[in-house]
Amino acid sequence: MGEACGSVLASAERGNAEPPYSVRVPDERDQTVPPAISLRGVTKRFGAITAVNGLDLEVPAGVCFGLLGPNGAGKSTTMRMLTAQALADEGEIAVLGFELPRESKQSRLEMGVVPQLDNLDVELTCRQILTVFARLYRVPRGERPAAVARALEIANLAPRADTIVRELSGGMRRRLLVARGLIHSPRLVLLDEPTVGLDPQVRQELWSLIDGLRAGGVTVLMSTHYIEEAERLADTVAVMSAGRIIAQGTPAELVRAHAGEQVLEVYGPPEHLAQVSELASEHGWASRRSGPAVAIMRAESLDGLAPEGVRRPANLEDAFVALTGEEIE
Amino acid sequence: MMSSRAQPETVVVARPPSSVRRVGRLEPAALAGVMSRDVAIFGRYWKATTFSSIVQPTIYLLAFGLGFEKFAPHLLHVSYVPYVATGVVATAVLFSSAFPGMFNTFIRWQFQRTYDAMLAAPVDVEELITAEMLWVSLRAGVYGVAPLLVGFAFGLAPEWGMLLVPLIGFVTGFGFVGFGVTVAAVAKTIDNFNYITSAVLTPMFLVAGTFFPVSSLPVGVRQVAQVNPLYHCVQLVRDASLGSLGTADLGHAAVLLAFALLMWRLAISQLGRRLID
Repeated sequence: MGEACGSVLASAERGNAEPPYSVRVPDERDQTVPPAISLRGVTKRFGAITAVNGLDLEVPAGVCFGLLGPNGAGKSTTMRMLTAQALADEGEIAVLGFELPRESKQSRLEMGVVPQLDNLDVELTCRQILTVFARLYRVPRGERPAAVARALEIANLAPRADTIVRELSGGMRRRLLVARGLIHSPRLVLLDEPTVGLDPQVRQELWSLIDGLRAGGVTVLMSTHYIEEAERLADTVAVMSAGRIIAQGTPAELVRAHAGEQVLEVYGPPEHLAQVSELASEHGWASRRSGPAVAIMRAESLDGLAPEGVRRPANLEDAFVALTGEEIE
Repeated sequence: MMSSRAQPETVVVARPPSSVRRVGRLEPAALAGVMSRDVAIFGRYWKATTFSSIVQPTIYLLAFGLGFEKFAPHLLHVSYVPYVATGVVATAVLFSSAFPGMFNTFIRWQFQRTYDAMLAAPVDVEELITAEMLWVSLRAGVYGVAPLLVGFAFGLAPEWGMLLVPLIGFVTGFGFVGFGVTVAAVAKTIDNFNYITSAVLTPMFLVAGTFFPVSSLPVGVRQVAQVNPLYHCVQLVRDASLGSLGTADLGHAAVLLAFALLMWRLAISQLGRRLID
């Protein structure tokens, strides 16, 4: 998996329609710079449940890496293992060149974490929270006020600096969580489902913030189950299912490899859709129910056999469902 | 789908790795960082804490002291006001350390997830719990003096030995906050604290010579008092405050130190097991 990652990045093509932005594509340095995160054969069990099952993952320095997967795929457990808040039963983990869990504290010094669940101190103000974390991250006393001001600025919270967290909106709280994780200008940031439960405006804001991180050379590992989020932000996406990586590449590569170029969506009454599904399985076409339609992957290679329907470009969601299956556990 | 990739407004630059320094175990910077959060929160409720720390001993002294003095004018060789004032020091220390140990720990760990946030920073479990325990016991040591101050108003005579009381309160508080943290770590729900409060803490604070001498109790109960850390705290505070320190007090101090040390390690091992999966 690790070797594949390097070559994938070297040949990275950004986006479906847009030309690649050179700033987004990591250069040859990745061959020499050690990976920001490396997991080898990592397994984590909780009683009878195996949350992470022989996971191999390598995140090169300087990229935005998306960890995509359905709920329960093991994304959050993986994130917790990277801060040594969960200890692997098997395998090796290294973060920023430090071996976990032995040197975890050292790696946490240079890493910021934005958790999925809000764990802010509701009784404190934004400034107080950021000051406490500036101390925890060993920002020298003289630099703390500037670090706090900078974090407030990044999160657009400067006018709310002295507001108690309890009085902030959900979006503001989420931005404060991000600011808290960036207080010490980390080299690596872990974002666990950064925009879950947020309205579209706040999501856009956070996306631009995350984009700003990687533009500044910060390595970002972001777990998400929002496909659009991964498609927009991530240089490389790894699809996780049942505790391991089942596919990895740029969003465009994953789409091409697992859903083809076009998807044919056939609409109609349920009986018709059932017939279409049957036709698809007779011919061995990959298909899935997509709301009120049946979507047939790789529509470009259906020749004349294709039923009537609407053709659209394949997207990461098609690839994601093709990879992880449709059943909801 | 792949919409405009405009340059982001804010570019956040990573700090170069050269600024890294080695980190060790029980670092003062980590302890200070965790405690700075407690100090910030304390800024919001110090008035309530101070109010109750003054009013509670006042009520004890009025109710027990003035009420009982008519029946038992001289228990042992001290009058009841010094007896109760010094006894209330110990109960104040007990309640201002065991309760935060149980409730604050449970709330910050389970409900607010504050500990999760801090453990993602360069703070380890040992530092986190030690700092929380230090803060609570420092506060218990300082506020433990309040009953003596109230006692002065009721005629208690100042003694140089009283200067040791904050230290005694600190060591005792450290043990009891560790006890509270341990309880929080093993409790399934916050309601289970009721078992501890009613079955452990309440008898503990009564069978400690706080309001009536242990010597007035049956032999069996007297023996139980010997293993009650609060009893040793009461004896030490009373001897220090009434100018009667002796060799027996070395034994009391040793028990309190051993209790503090034991609870410290127990709290770290019990809560640590639950904070790290």
